[in-house]
Amino acid sequence: MANLEDLLGVDDPLYEKRKGVYPKSVDGFFRRFKWAIMAITLTIYYATPWIRWDRGPHAPDQAVLVDLANRRFYMFNIEIWPHEFYYVAGLLVMAGMGLFLVTSAVGRAWCGYACPQTVWTDLFQHVDRFVDGDRNAQIRLEKAPWGPEKIFKRLSKWSIYLFVAFWTGGAWIMYFADAPTLTVDFWTGQAAPVAYATVGVLTATTFIFGGFMREQVCVYMCPWPRIQTAMMDEKSLIVTYREWRGEPRGSVKKAEAQPGAFGDCVDCNQCVAVCPTGIDIREGPQIGCITCALCIDACDSVMEQIGRPRGLIDYLTLDDVATEKAGGTAHPTLKTLFRTRTLVYFGIWCSIGLAMLFTLGQRTRLDLTVQHDRNPLYVQLSDGSIRNNYTVKVRNMETRQREVELVIKGLPGAIAWTSTGSRETATDRVKVSVAPDTVQKVRLFVVASTEGATRTDFEIQAIALTGSEKGDSDSVRFEAPEAGQ
Amino acid sequence: MAKKPGDDTQRIDQPTGTAFVGHEWDGIEELSTPLPRWWLWTFYISIIWSLAYVIMYPAWPLVNSATEGMLGWTSRGQLAAEMQAADAKRAPLVNALAAIPVEQLLADQKLYQGAVAGGSAAFKVHCVQCHGSGAMGSKGYPNLNDDDWLWGGDIAAIHYTLTHGIRNPDHPETRQSAMPAFDGVLTPAEIAAVVGHVQSLSGKAKPNAKGAELFATNCASCHGADGKGLREFGAPNLADNIWLYGSDPATLTQTIKQSRQGVMPRWNDKLDAATIKMLAAYVHSLGGGEATPAAAAPAAAPATMEAKAANGQP
Repeated sequence: MANLEDLLGVDDPLYEKRKGVYPKSVDGFFRRFKWAIMAITLTIYYATPWIRWDRGPHAPDQAVLVDLANRRFYMFNIEIWPHEFYYVAGLLVMAGMGLFLVTSAVGRAWCGYACPQTVWTDLFQHVDRFVDGDRNAQIRLEKAPWGPEKIFKRLSKWSIYLFVAFWTGGAWIMYFADAPTLTVDFWTGQAAPVAYATVGVLTATTFIFGGFMREQVCVYMCPWPRIQTAMMDEKSLIVTYREWRGEPRGSVKKAEAQPGAFGDCVDCNQCVAVCPTGIDIREGPQIGCITCALCIDACDSVMEQIGRPRGLIDYLTLDDVATEKAGGTAHPTLKTLFRTRTLVYFGIWCSIGLAMLFTLGQRTRLDLTVQHDRNPLYVQLSDGSIRNNYTVKVRNMETRQREVELVIKGLPGAIAWTSTGSRETATDRVKVSVAPDTVQKVRLFVVASTEGATRTDFEIQAIALTGSEKGDSDSVRFEAPEAGQ
Repeated sequence: MAKKPGDDTQRIDQPTGTAFVGHEWDGIEELSTPLPRWWLWTFYISIIWSLAYVIMYPAWPLVNSATEGMLGWTSRGQLAAEMQAADAKRAPLVNALAAIPVEQLLADQKLYQGAVAGGSAAFKVHCVQCHGSGAMGSKGYPNLNDDDWLWGGDIAAIHYTLTHGIRNPDHPETRQSAMPAFDGVLTPAEIAAVVGHVQSLSGKAKPNAKGAELFATNCASCHGADGKGLREFGAPNLADNIWLYGSDPATLTQTIKQSRQGVMPRWNDKLDAATIKMLAAYVHSLGGGEATPAAAAPAAAPATMEAKAANGQP
């Protein structure tokens, strides 16, 4: 039955048991770059909701605010209403294009430097080092039996995790309400239940994803690495081990004993020790590599110590790999960055951005929508004329009271009035006063001239009465009985 | 033919290390593989859950009800609590409406808008059966959107009609009037002449001198000399373009012969005061609502009306 055993794969479980990852601390150009990115992204994340922005008395003074309750999105001097949601969609398209651009140019740079999972995992790994010590101490502690020291260290480490996780979730909700008010409400138990639930959920996910699952999120859960594989080509920069220079591996002593028999790799395993996802880059490109380039830092410092040239592990494109293997020299980095594909992506990205900025500058802050009553379509009046009813919505998207005139265009002799007016005093225009930052709903009654009222399309215009501001108009239908009815 | 169970349970299946159950069909044997742990634990937890549920909630059906459960929960109790919560939410509007005289409702635009919204909902429950979902009415049931009113179109008059109804014989304050049936009183030729005159009032036929004379004697006391109607009696305006039953000769002949006695229920003992005010505001908002007259005095005493109507009969 030995064959059956092979077939069933009883010895190879379907799921690999997680191997512990205890990355060693390292210093170098990329590590410092990562520090800088972490500082910038975390500062933006925590500080943004606290920036104030004066918008006058009728709008919140928070610079960036997603006001779901009142259906407004504020971003510095831009205010977006629900019907202008396409700007948010445009931002998402830009974010997508930006990721295409970055991936085709520098591979998985998003994964390596800017992804929240990476940033928070990095943060939590520093917590590990702060509490348990560096790689070796961490491995020792993991293997050690449970005792007072291990319990104390684990408890303090997990408490710090939980603290960081809580502040992560706590900062998130600040984007959805006035931050200072919400902070006070949160701690006095007066905030909305959804605020506590959100903080709870985000605390849990940060604690679990950043503290325990870490690289498994990148390798097993996240779809982006798989999509990125399709985005990259032979000119995208990826972290590469120059195996043609490094192999066969041999220690410095062996290389001294047999000059010429060994490559530059001394098999010191530093590249593996520092890797936050626990892979060996010398096995070639792989899904577990998030291209954080910490192995480049580690290898470069070793190469410097033993007096060999840097760059045994380096950012290289697949084209460069082929060229170097054939004995040539790699392209300069700038040339791989600025190529047709990246320029096209950049062009699309820019044009979406510019188009949005242009329309943002052109948009009206007075909006009109008119809906014709469907039941009844028209009303026969006692003098034989026909009345149609409309529900008019006037959106005043400015933070001041505005007087608006609704004018009937293209319906000769028609008069209009609202529920506060009457037919006797009606003309072809109606004045409406709209409060700051609100939608005013008005019932509009329109009577066409008595003789020959027919079905026709016409326009209702909204004209702002102060200054030369832009108005809006909407085309609607006037219904009348068919001839002979 | 299956083997007897239990005779070779000690035999072990080599690849999996699991014992056999002992069942065998055509060489295919059943293994005694234990249930997955997660399944088993889910099962145990479900048992505990169901026990707790039976204790906490109504569970065992009895003759008239079920066991009560420790929490004392009932679906009817939950409905009552939810209805109470909804009433509490509506309370500010309802209380304000109950307090304000209906003539003053229009002055308080915010309250008026709230009343219109509430009236729109109530209308769809109580009124659409006759007046239609768009309040368009149909033959015999008035269109509430237009500017023609039988009994008055200001908010107080609408409110009065809603409260006391039309031609409710058991209610002293109801709107009352009775058009006489002229079948046998006038000859068919005379009726035809009156029909001709009535049609001529809105330009539908040529003037009819005989009809005009008969109209002046028989109809003008309620419908007015010019046929423009009289709201005190709910007598329709015959000179306009709106016809409750129809303006063709056949319909008019039937109306004159047999009279029309449209009835509307009164709502004073079916709906609360606030809901009736809401309905009045909604009907008034449909487009034909009239301004409240300076001295808002709801329709006059029905007794005089009957007297006048009786006078109409020769």
